Amino acid sequence: MGFNQKDLLGIREISAEDITTILDTAESFKEVSRRAIKKVPTLRGKTVINLFFEPSTRTRTSFEIAAKRLSADAVNISASTSSVTKGETLIDTARNLEAMGPDAIVIRHPSPGAPHQLARLIGASVINGGDGAHEHPTQALLDAFTIRGHKAGFAGLQVAIIGDIAHSRVARSNVHLLTKMGAHVRVAGPRTLIPPYYEQITGESEGSLTVCDSVDDALSSADVVMMLRIQRERMTAAFFPSLKEYSIQYGLTLRRLRLAAPDCIVLHPGPINRGVEISSEVVDSASSLILDQVTNGVAVRMAILFLLVEREGH
Amino acid sequence: MKRLLKGGRIIDPSQHIDKTADLLIEAGRVKAIGPNLPAEGASVFDASGLVVAPGFIDLHVHLREPGEEYKETIASGVAAAVAGGFTSVCAMPNTRPVNDNASVTRFMIEKANEARLAGLFPVGAITRASEGSELADMAEMKDAGAVAVSDDGRPVMDAQVMRHAMEYARDHGLVIVDHCQELNLSAGGVMNEGRYSTLLGLKGMHAAAEESHVARDIMLAKLTGARVHIAHVSTTASVEMVRRAKQEGAPVTCEVTPHHLALTDAAVVGFDTNTKMSPPLRSEEDRLQLIRALADGTIEAIATDHAPHHLDEKMLEYDRAPFGVIGLETALGVALTVLYHTGLAPLVRVVEALTIGPAQAFALRGGTLAVGAPADITVFDPDREWVVDPKRFRSKSRNTPFSGWRLRGAVVATLVSGRDAYNAESRAA
Repeated sequence: MGFNQKDLLGIREISAEDITTILDTAESFKEVSRRAIKKVPTLRGKTVINLFFEPSTRTRTSFEIAAKRLSADAVNISASTSSVTKGETLIDTARNLEAMGPDAIVIRHPSPGAPHQLARLIGASVINGGDGAHEHPTQALLDAFTIRGHKAGFAGLQVAIIGDIAHSRVARSNVHLLTKMGAHVRVAGPRTLIPPYYEQITGESEGSLTVCDSVDDALSSADVVMMLRIQRERMTAAFFPSLKEYSIQYGLTLRRLRLAAPDCIVLHPGPINRGVEISSEVVDSASSLILDQVTNGVAVRMAILFLLVEREGH
Repeated sequence: MKRLLKGGRIIDPSQHIDKTADLLIEAGRVKAIGPNLPAEGASVFDASGLVVAPGFIDLHVHLREPGEEYKETIASGVAAAVAGGFTSVCAMPNTRPVNDNASVTRFMIEKANEARLAGLFPVGAITRASEGSELADMAEMKDAGAVAVSDDGRPVMDAQVMRHAMEYARDHGLVIVDHCQELNLSAGGVMNEGRYSTLLGLKGMHAAAEESHVARDIMLAKLTGARVHIAHVSTTASVEMVRRAKQEGAPVTCEVTPHHLALTDAAVVGFDTNTKMSPPLRSEEDRLQLIRALADGTIEAIATDHAPHHLDEKMLEYDRAPFGVIGLETALGVALTVLYHTGLAPLVRVVEALTIGPAQAFALRGGTLAVGAPADITVFDPDREWVVDPKRFRSKSRNTPFSGWRLRGAVVATLVSGRDAYNAESRAA
């Protein structure tokens, strides 16, 4: 149990051992969610604030349920970045939050690094709930938890991540996590949505990262396929011509899925655009673990809250 | 009144002087340089173990007055300048209002004269309000004291407007200073586009956004014959183009900032907004090429791009914080630490890039210890170590990327027209 950090800011900053610790801890919390009374007293008297500067249903609800199943008090704050002027946001937000005496703050923010800046200013544990296009560590951990439930291990696993790689914090966190754990990741999507030097982001890790020229190359014999949500506004910014063309060229269909390994599993961080990046047939097929991901998200977030708030010497 | 700087190592690249000697000042001017000059009637400053150089000239500062006095004033800016060894600074026009007319130009000079510290050479705007369409009153600003024109920070995108600006500036003896950045290509970017921008999920500004603009300006300089100065070059290809243009005899000069010589985009990891500036910190390869270009004279000047911002502004999220860092009070220490003490450039070359190099680029008086020249002199200890503590800055702002750095090389005294404008400690005998 080597995990003894104040914050969870990104997967890049944590080790393979940390990841295993979190996943193992989540295993025990998954059982709680299957009970008739889905509550343990672990974090009774602790306060968790969900501070969301971006709209989110899934992640915020998942954290809220995780906190409540641990008997912590969970408070949701929806904030806006649009109305604030110079200097008000981070400092004042941090000071106000600190004054409320929380034990953990989950922050989602459109600016990369905002959780890191906040973590330096306050004593509570900060959990990155998604910062711009940077990282979404809890999503990667719940994805890993889901994969681990269906595959023997990460070493040598072939994982394809398809879609808007450039703007995806989910992709970045998953690339860090999977390569640290020894998997081989291939990414594919329109070249306009794959940033330069992407294959260099992993640093030194057990696994590997390849940028593929086509979706079919990335899918070939893949054990896991992760589809990313495509956002309509990328179309108007000239990243690709139309949703129809995107769907044909880069979308996941049952036919295309046959290129992958026979026991390939399909993940999607949600919310899905049926018929755009993924066809309804794939979503509803036996390969799809999209709802398992949501279920597992609660257990993984319980584990993270527990490990951070109840860390040694705290 | 006479002053004698005794026994210093006098480095004056304008006269190819590098020797231990005395320097005599009389009536605010350099009277003589030589061994054992008579001390009668002079106050004596023991300069032994120190370098005595022409006062440094910074071609690129933002002093924020008029309009943003909460960040910096001309008085605090020139105080920071002399503390950093700069006896002259060229103030960019992106004030509020923009320095696009003679009234603002005169105001800035008067404010600096009141402070009686470093001299101020205003840089006027190229276009009215720096909006990129109509030419500003260049000739009137020149008559009021402007030495160059620039729409720094809001580069002229319309090539035809830039061509006309160059043609007009040429006949009025004004240097065109350009912040080269193709704004469409760099739109939304907050750091260099490269491995680190991809890693951090921050939007990048590719080197090509600077380089395509440098290429355009060099072509227009050849076309018009105007003197063009590329501000803060930051990429390998930019300096390569300038190097080639000079070989072809094009009237092009350029400058580099201390932070681009010292730091790379790896410094952005951690999201310290004091690593956010434009042009952004580039790759290690670019950094090494900038050092090489400075050492070989392709880059003639070290200029700080001193850009004060209030703490409240820099405490924003990385992609919302303003661009810019201050540099006047760390320039010498950073330059000596990364250039001289690493063996990558000789001391004389560093001094040249702070003195006669910038003076010639803008055809300014100064940058020399020639007999009869105003006694603008910087005395520094090239080996003294110090730790950067922003709380001790004379600048009103604290936005430095070098906080906590141990630097080697410190200003001891700065003289403007023979007067003490700054003295780190009293060494008068």
